[in-house]
Amino acid sequence: MKEAKQMSVSAIQNGTVIDHVPASNLFKVIQILGLDRIDNQITFGTNLESKKLGRKAIIKISGVFFEDEDINRIALVAPDAKLNIIKDYEVVEKKVVEVPDYIVGIAKCMNPKCITNFEAVTTRFKVVSKKNVSLKCHYCEKITNQENLQII
Amino acid sequence: MKNRSLVSIDDFSTEEILRILDLTEEFEKEPTQKLLEGKVIATLFFEPSTRTRLSFESAISRLGGKIVGFSDASNSSVSKGETLNDTILTVNNYCDLIVMRHPIEGSARYASEIASVPVINAGDGANQHPTQTLLDLYSIRKTQGRLDNLNIFMVGDLKYGRTVHSLMMAMSRWNTTFNFIAPEELKMPDEFKLYLDNLGLKYYEHNDFTDIISKADIIYMTRVQKERFSDPIEYEKVKNVYVLRNSMLKNTKSNMRILHPLPRVNEIHQDVDSNPKAYYFEQALNGVYTRQAIVCSLLGIK
Repeated sequence: MKEAKQMSVSAIQNGTVIDHVPASNLFKVIQILGLDRIDNQITFGTNLESKKLGRKAIIKISGVFFEDEDINRIALVAPDAKLNIIKDYEVVEKKVVEVPDYIVGIAKCMNPKCITNFEAVTTRFKVVSKKNVSLKCHYCEKITNQENLQII
Repeated sequence: MKNRSLVSIDDFSTEEILRILDLTEEFEKEPTQKLLEGKVIATLFFEPSTRTRLSFESAISRLGGKIVGFSDASNSSVSKGETLNDTILTVNNYCDLIVMRHPIEGSARYASEIASVPVINAGDGANQHPTQTLLDLYSIRKTQGRLDNLNIFMVGDLKYGRTVHSLMMAMSRWNTTFNFIAPEELKMPDEFKLYLDNLGLKYYEHNDFTDIISKADIIYMTRVQKERFSDPIEYEKVKNVYVLRNSMLKNTKSNMRILHPLPRVNEIHQDVDSNPKAYYFEQALNGVYTRQAIVCSLLGIK
């Protein structure tokens, strides 16, 4: 298995590897982290086999190290993601993603009568449950739960 | 509380709520003063609510403040397609405080973040109506002499009734026992019961209240609207169960008072009105004093 992974996406010298991203959410992760707007070298593979996720994606970003609060923003779309911090081809640190206490501008409020669905307002939520993600809208105070969660 | 907005009852701490109630008591003793002279207050009613608007305008007028605004979005620039963002940024140049009623939920919170002046939410869709909650709290404290350890009966539409939800959340600060009396289709939603469970507060649910009415300190009546029922036969079956009549009040406690956010349709029979336990019209009057207290505290005048 490990060999196959290395063949699919080549190793990096310094940077971050984000593994165990659900294949279907790869581009959302790229968007949330703003990887489509940076000049660094990025390689990614998708629809790779994964025992845990069925099909997973992996992203390798050269020369970029994320702050925890940045990386936690992908928790809604890639809750099982694991990060390997690479220095000199060696994994020097491993990190997991944690659902943050507040979510700004990633999710859509499911209440059709909420102001965020009428005007150009950045959505804001308080995370009221992390396990089965449940978000309370800062504006209309209604709950958006995992089943109804839509990423903007 | 100067320059703060009041969007949701949870914006105020228990101490701040009690401070508003104390201030309301002062205004009840002296409702006509020149405190707001030279102040301009905008009342923006994006949907009509005559009762709430008149209550605010009466409160402000008695304190000498001037009012600008509209009572219906159809005769404002909103009908030309202006965004709420632009309306608020414009209006906040013209006034010292904004009172806003809007059908979209969360609109008041949004407005309070854009405006440079305090915003009072006078109802945002099914979400919040905190000045109603504060006047309810005032009415309860005034009639019972306290807020602690009361037994509150909430009757009627407990599913969609925003006033009962806000009042329930607010009263949960004072160790209240709740009795919820509603038809099956309009029961108190689980999220609110969960809220009480987490606080360890007692609540009981009933379909009828004739047998238990003697325990109530406050009966908070709401309207059961026909439109809320998916099956019109269900409505016909229950419509008379949730009507309060004078004959039902015989064995009630002497301190018991009946509240209603108004307008009433038929859920309180007119024969109740002359009973000294009927308190809903005084409750509406308390609304004027409560709004005077809120406006003055947010402007830093009191």
